[in-house]
Amino acid sequence: MASLRELVEQRRILVCCGSGGVGKTTTAAVLALEAARAGRRAVVVTIDPAKRLADALGLEGLTGTPSKIEGDWPGELWALMLDTKSTFDDLVVENASSPEQGQRILANRFYRNISGALSGTQEYMAMEKLYELNQRSDFDLVVVDTPPTRNALDFIDAPRRLTRFLDHRLFRMITSPGRGVMKAVNVAAQTFLRTVAKVVGAEVIDDAVAFFQAFEGMEQGFRERADAVFHLLSDDDTAFVLVASPRRDTIEEATYFAERLAEADISVRALIVNRMHPRFGDGLAEATRERAATLAGTDLGGLYRNLADFQLVASREDEHLAGLADAVAPAPVVRVPFLSTDVHDLDGLTELATHILPA
Amino acid sequence: MDPARFFAASRLVIVAGKGGVGKTVVSAAMARAASRAGLSALVIEVEGKSGLPTMYGQGALEYDDAVLHPGGGPTGEGEVRARTITPDEALLDYLRDHGLSRISKRLVSSGALDVVATAAPGIKDILILGKVKQLERSGVADLLILDAPAAGHAITFLQAARALLDTVRVGPINAQAREVLEMLTDHERCRVVLVTLPEETPVNELVDTAFSLEDRVGIGLAPVVVNGLYEAVEGLATDPTDAASAAGTTLRTGEPEELAAAARFRSDRMALQDEQLARLADALPLEQLRLPFVFTTEIGPDELEALADRFLAEVERLPEVV
Repeated sequence: MASLRELVEQRRILVCCGSGGVGKTTTAAVLALEAARAGRRAVVVTIDPAKRLADALGLEGLTGTPSKIEGDWPGELWALMLDTKSTFDDLVVENASSPEQGQRILANRFYRNISGALSGTQEYMAMEKLYELNQRSDFDLVVVDTPPTRNALDFIDAPRRLTRFLDHRLFRMITSPGRGVMKAVNVAAQTFLRTVAKVVGAEVIDDAVAFFQAFEGMEQGFRERADAVFHLLSDDDTAFVLVASPRRDTIEEATYFAERLAEADISVRALIVNRMHPRFGDGLAEATRERAATLAGTDLGGLYRNLADFQLVASREDEHLAGLADAVAPAPVVRVPFLSTDVHDLDGLTELATHILPA
Repeated sequence: MDPARFFAASRLVIVAGKGGVGKTVVSAAMARAASRAGLSALVIEVEGKSGLPTMYGQGALEYDDAVLHPGGGPTGEGEVRARTITPDEALLDYLRDHGLSRISKRLVSSGALDVVATAAPGIKDILILGKVKQLERSGVADLLILDAPAAGHAITFLQAARALLDTVRVGPINAQAREVLEMLTDHERCRVVLVTLPEETPVNELVDTAFSLEDRVGIGLAPVVVNGLYEAVEGLATDPTDAASAAGTTLRTGEPEELAAAARFRSDRMALQDEQLARLADALPLEQLRLPFVFTTEIGPDELEALADRFLAEVERLPEVV
């Protein structure tokens, strides 16, 4: 099994996945930085970076295009904040049969809601951006941070789900010319929609119908792209890196994540566990706690109590981690200690790199 | 402040914060604290599976409405219950209540809800909040605790009512959004408890969220909860060898170094967390309820009782008027 360093130096795509609040964005930035240090041209796509990290990466706003981060490394480091809407707009324009069709869709109110409201759109666009950057010849490695999805398959499946949505049966009925049996179905669909309109207002339904009418004929292009993205994700050049923290609940979510990926025949190639508590000595928490109790009220009692706390947390973290390490075996497990400060600049990323990818 | 008064200040409390800060733990502890103060509590979850039942010593439940802790006893404790609300279920309920059960199954099974939700963003949120409002009105419990979606999404979630009023200008959904907004902005019916960790990024996000909620939604903010604090331990500054002689004992080889390193780690983290607590107090004029870091790394009934104890103690520490 390849080490994490080998992944960074050899793969073309790294997908960082995991639940929210475990340090995915920072981890993705570190992997791209290390690739640049290894002489590669790397680009990191972030979803929702904390403001100071975004500033450090030169990401002042959504631009949808990579910006270069200058630094003392032989390769190149680029960063980009995912702009779901403009990515989707580009995709529509590219797939439209005429500029008019593209414009008609972009101007539709229902379409404008899709990027913000339809669940899975952000995941889809992250994958789309990844595909697009991978197609370009100016990057050797694309590192993508993923939205904090509870279900790993949400984003692997997102392109296909959206295709299904765009191909919605109900709206095929409305938009297809009524012929024979279809005509009867069409009438039923219309009745149904009228009832729905009573609840949400006719305007809303009119927008939706206009959208599906404008979209007609484009499903094929979207479907082909969705399949291409899916194949890219299961390609040998792509590696999934699971990011977790050692708390029991996040470990459970990460385990679930790994299992769902396995169902899609995708292996986790590395597990990075952030914010591990340090271990002080190899004593057992129970023994130390007893010693603290007999010395209660003295400074030494306090010192033992404190040591017992950390011995306990370290052993519990190891226990939680064991099952997950088995679930992703033989993928390497990288344990990253709790750092004394937050990471929000290149120096911080560099320090974090010494733990994630020790020389 | 008297806990019974604190918990009775509004029937609905929405617990919100960034992913990983412990919203569910805080919701669970608050519910148990309210139950100790004699109020019945209902925890409402909207994101499916969570560790809530485990915290109350129960297995994973498929629940509509489950009892997590019975009420009664010598001190007259309130009952703690939990339930989930999903948009699909909320929609079915809604349609049934509006005499539209005929189309309800089809609307969900055909996936048309996705289409409708895209046509009118926020409709799923409104369906959930509408259901919450119904529960709030029906008096199912003295206190309703809504474990909100992760922040970022929390603002969108709570803004949905206002946004939807612009999209859907007439009809029952408009009325629903109006009523939800009324509830959210009535400080005697609804308050938001924001949860954070004593770390830089979560503190920044909490401050941003607090101002957004006040300005953009007009929602009332209760004291914030700072979760996961290392608590002070005596003797951290004392040299272990000196401490041993003072206690009339000796240390094994290597022990002074272990004790000193562990003491240094805690002291360093505590200095950082004090900085963050001060920064939070400067940036946000809200009282803070502080909950300790749980070294066992998982919350079972024992840890939950301890957290509820602490929650109550922190509430008692609050001034009468907050």
